[in-house]
Amino acid sequence: MISLKNINKKFGRLQVLDDVTLDLSSGKSYALIGPNGSGKTTLIKSILGMVIPTSGELTFDGKSIFNDWKYREKIGYMPQIGHYPDNMKIGQLIDMMKNIRKDYTKVDEDLIDSFKLFKMYDKPLHTLSGGTRQKVSAALAFLFRPPVLILDEPTAGLDPVSTEILKEKILHEKQLGKMIMISSHILSDLDELATDVVYIFEGKVQYNNTLEALKEETSELRLGKAIAMLIRQKELLASVTE
Amino acid sequence: MTRIIKYIFYDILRTRFILFYTLFLGVSTFALFQLDSDAGKVVLSLLNIVLMVVPLISIVFTTIHFYNSYEFIELMLAQPIDRRAVFLGEYLSVSLSLCIAYLAGVGIPILLYGGGASAITLLFTGVILTLVFVSLAFLSSVLTRDKAKAIGIALLFWFYFSLIYDGLLLWVVYTFNDYPLEKVTLTLIAFNPVDLARIIMLLQLDIAALMGYTGAFYQEFFGSSFGILFSTSILLLWIIIPLWIALRTFARKDL
Repeated sequence: MISLKNINKKFGRLQVLDDVTLDLSSGKSYALIGPNGSGKTTLIKSILGMVIPTSGELTFDGKSIFNDWKYREKIGYMPQIGHYPDNMKIGQLIDMMKNIRKDYTKVDEDLIDSFKLFKMYDKPLHTLSGGTRQKVSAALAFLFRPPVLILDEPTAGLDPVSTEILKEKILHEKQLGKMIMISSHILSDLDELATDVVYIFEGKVQYNNTLEALKEETSELRLGKAIAMLIRQKELLASVTE
Repeated sequence: MTRIIKYIFYDILRTRFILFYTLFLGVSTFALFQLDSDAGKVVLSLLNIVLMVVPLISIVFTTIHFYNSYEFIELMLAQPIDRRAVFLGEYLSVSLSLCIAYLAGVGIPILLYGGGASAITLLFTGVILTLVFVSLAFLSSVLTRDKAKAIGIALLFWFYFSLIYDGLLLWVVYTFNDYPLEKVTLTLIAFNPVDLARIIMLLQLDIAALMGYTGAFYQEFFGSSFGILFSTSILLLWIIIPLWIALRTFARKDL
């Protein structure tokens, strides 16, 4: 569905993405894992066309995304930190998002209901706490029933109840056969949600396989331990080859 | 794109700055008409205000507005919307609101007191200058990520075109006054939108000779109507070229 071929991105002299090749197919959900500053958000933003790669090919359903924007109607994106126009109210923002899309059929307002956002429709966005902001971002990402969901640290800053609501929602969408990509540091969450693991370090894809395969390779049952084991193995390998 | 324009327009009107700008222009125009009964002289005094204030307000307001709507732009770019539509939507709504403010502020007193053809030219040059400096502001905004730096560049543009450039021109004329400089100065003037606007106005007022040798030569070379036409087309280039560069830069910018 989405395919990245030899994607490189440099910010000045800093190489943020280094020859990334990935194939993301529908029906799978990917856990994008890596330390801070490893290039996860840049990778996500490249797929959305917000960051333009220095070189490489990026296609969505076989068509190059460069100079295209139509494909974005198939992606629901939840940013790591939602930046919204300060003087707008929640209700106005949601109305605006509906308004600028002409051809949506039926909106999905499950999250607006379960997060009780409709009670806060009159709240200006600059008064919102980080968690509420995160709820708004989540509600907007799911609003138009997109076949692809890209969630950048969706549960960061959410309270336990809301985290569960959001996870339920993601699981539900996963069962509908959507392609989901989640970047997160909370590995226990990803354990339930992901089918595949993409581990990225210093801009390079270090591991890309199914969750079962990873667990088998490392003979660990939990994703957190499996990843820790994977990193240790890599480090060991690196020290041997040096 | 019209939907985007609607939202940006609404956002600009909320800040009330445009309202103050209109009021300021309105009050100064009224005051000048009160001080002098000769409409021609009023237009000439207004010209000096227009040449200094309109570019300054346009360029600073636009730059600040661009950075304040960064969140909105970011939000739109994650949606199925063309980058160019977002950018041109921003340009159209900012320039439209500044032009309306200018036309209302200066135009309404002129309508009341009457100013003839020269007043119409004044309104016209003000609108063109607004568009030029909004273009330059968008250029300075996309060139850097930092708000303070962008405002700095914007102010530099204004200083350069309003003050520094004339000094340089004068220096060139003084230094090389042994040579025939008519065509050189003519070309040099085309590189400054503020000077071009001034020339349109002076040609219209038929006092180009007041500008000294160059002005007289300009009038002789072009004749009034062709001179105005020529300066206007150069000014249109001053709108289009910075906007085009800004649009190209924005289309490749990382957010």
